[in-house]
Amino acid sequence: MEKFTSLTGIAAPMPMINIDTDMIIPKQFLKTIKRSGLGVNLFDEMRYDDDRNEIAEFVLNKPAYRNAEILVAGDNFGCGSSREHAPWALLDFGIRVVVATSFADIFYNNCFKNGILPIVLPQEDVDKLMDDAQRGSNAVVTVDLESQTITGPDGGCIAFEVDAFRKHCLLNGLDDIGLSLEKSAQIDAFEVAAAQARPWV
Amino acid sequence: MTAAKTLYDKIWNAHLTDEAEDGTCLIYIDRHLVHEVTSPQAFEGLRMAGRTVRAPDKTIAVPDHNVPTTLDRVNGIDNVESRIQVEALDKNAKDFGIHYYPVSDVRQGIVHIVGPEQGWTLPGMTVVCGDSHTATHGAFGALAHGIGTSEVEHVLATQTLIQKKSKNMKVEITGKLRPGVTAKDITLTVIGKTGTAGGTGYVIEYCGEAIRNLSMEGRMTVCNMAIEGGARAGLIAPDETTYAYVKGRPHAPKGADWDKAMAWWETLFSDEDAHWDKVLTIAGEDIAPVVTWGTSPEDVLPITGTVPFPEDFAGGKVDAVRRSLDYMGLVPGTPLSQIAIDTVFIGSCTNGRIEDLRAAAEILKGKKIKDGLRAMVVPGSGLVRAQAEEEGLAEIFLDAGFEWRLAGCSMCLAMNPDQLSPGERCAATSNRNFEGRQGRGGRTHLLSPAMAAAAALTGHLTDVRDLN
Ligand code: SF4
Repeated sequence: MEKFTSLTGIAAPMPMINIDTDMIIPKQFLKTIKRSGLGVNLFDEMRYDDDRNEIAEFVLNKPAYRNAEILVAGDNFGCGSSREHAPWALLDFGIRVVVATSFADIFYNNCFKNGILPIVLPQEDVDKLMDDAQRGSNAVVTVDLESQTITGPDGGCIAFEVDAFRKHCLLNGLDDIGLSLEKSAQIDAFEVAAAQARPWV
Repeated sequence: MTAAKTLYDKIWNAHLTDEAEDGTCLIYIDRHLVHEVTSPQAFEGLRMAGRTVRAPDKTIAVPDHNVPTTLDRVNGIDNVESRIQVEALDKNAKDFGIHYYPVSDVRQGIVHIVGPEQGWTLPGMTVVCGDSHTATHGAFGALAHGIGTSEVEHVLATQTLIQKKSKNMKVEITGKLRPGVTAKDITLTVIGKTGTAGGTGYVIEYCGEAIRNLSMEGRMTVCNMAIEGGARAGLIAPDETTYAYVKGRPHAPKGADWDKAMAWWETLFSDEDAHWDKVLTIAGEDIAPVVTWGTSPEDVLPITGTVPFPEDFAGGKVDAVRRSLDYMGLVPGTPLSQIAIDTVFIGSCTNGRIEDLRAAAEILKGKKIKDGLRAMVVPGSGLVRAQAEEEGLAEIFLDAGFEWRLAGCSMCLAMNPDQLSPGERCAATSNRNFEGRQGRGGRTHLLSPAMAAAAALTGHLTDVRDLN
């Protein structure tokens, strides 16, 4: 997994609540057996018309936001299915940070496994960033994971919370599986005890 | 501190393999269910790292999302990408030695229907799958939830999952349900009350008389949609209904193991004075047959209601409702029972079990669906299909004008050829009404199997109670 330390980039506003995983990456693109190449279909049904032409008003089609690396959105971002294709599509497009008032549980987890930082902020802070993000190519925001801060175009600074273990993994680009395999002895011991206690499992 | 525990606490403690100082835990996974869409990248990851599946005996795979549901599927899958995914699962199951139900097997079906049917899902277990509706298995008093593909790979490699403990939420449905009201109406009503984010951070335990009185099929319907309420998992304490369902299934314990299992299962309930972080109580008598009108599962109203006005809502929901009414092609103030439909879909892991088909067939018996309507039944598994044929339900559906399909996810998410066209309006027993879920531009109203059957007869959303 790619590390995440600090990022200065354009923030795109998506002032909608309940942006679900079917919007982020519709199911016809789940037929891949790869992780890469999904960026072109990110938000596919909002982004293209029936003839596959770009819909000019959609935020990521606007010249100012084509290279956005940060998304600012409303409540309950990523609700719906467990498809990791959603963070894969965001990542492939170039999004490394999503800011919202709340996230759906599985999506939130999936982000950390892919080097994306999901940030939960209170409504007033999201409103402020949404304003900042409306400034087109001037919507440049710095997200620093080490200090857990977001700095807006006016220099205003917002602090955010992140789980210490997840922060550690993101900062160092650590692979969860490698870390868990270091605990093989505990897993072995658990299995031995469980085979005694619940032999039917 | 009290020593009283919730059911979730008890299952959690029994599977805690390691706990770091910051509260990050390794939880042991008893059952790992796998399907073709969210697993290829995980198996690929294992191969690339030279890793194996740690516990192939606890890993069960079945293709469901992509498979065609027409009888000609024995000849192979036309869509190249779908075929590649299913073939990849065939190969991965074989290479890694995991239990497998291929398309040609009569036991094949939707993963969340196959697991319980085969006795893989048992009380007190931890169950995961790369699919959000894994919550279904909570009906057995198992801790069951969906995971992403990286986590699928993690479970394959380590048989554990990195987790932080969720909070405890109790949803109690008191008293009795009124006639015409089903498990689907319970679960939709709960989501209507909590909203789609109301359960975020929680594991929900459903309890109360109305829940106790549900069959296992009904309980699975309720737990299935815990995820639509944002919860990590939903569960129901096991009881005689659970044991009766489990007993004798191919992978259920037998003999001395059964007795030992029962001794533990009977301790699996929330203690009287256990602590709840959140409680919701609904009187069973107050629940009506409901339908969704919008593009979020929280957009629920009794069938006697009318399409709401955006201004009736607050905050970001005002815009969301405007957008969804526009998408759904609905005018505020329209009675829900006047909404004409084009299509009826009965199936999915929410309502594709035998009891669901019985409920729908009961309404349809000896009648014909509205002229010009498209209607299909997609049984949740090959065994459900076989049983429905044996009970004469298939005949009722066919006589009424329904298509009688083979098992799979089908029009629940429309990854196979079963899709809505733009503007097509569907009464569906599935679980998601998101934009484009059943096909680009398709419009979905979620409801119970009985209500879906009623709508098929009249051609519009219909109060099933008016038919009697
Ligand atoms: S039936 Fe629908 S919700 Fe259930 S597993 Fe299949 S696609 Fe997912």
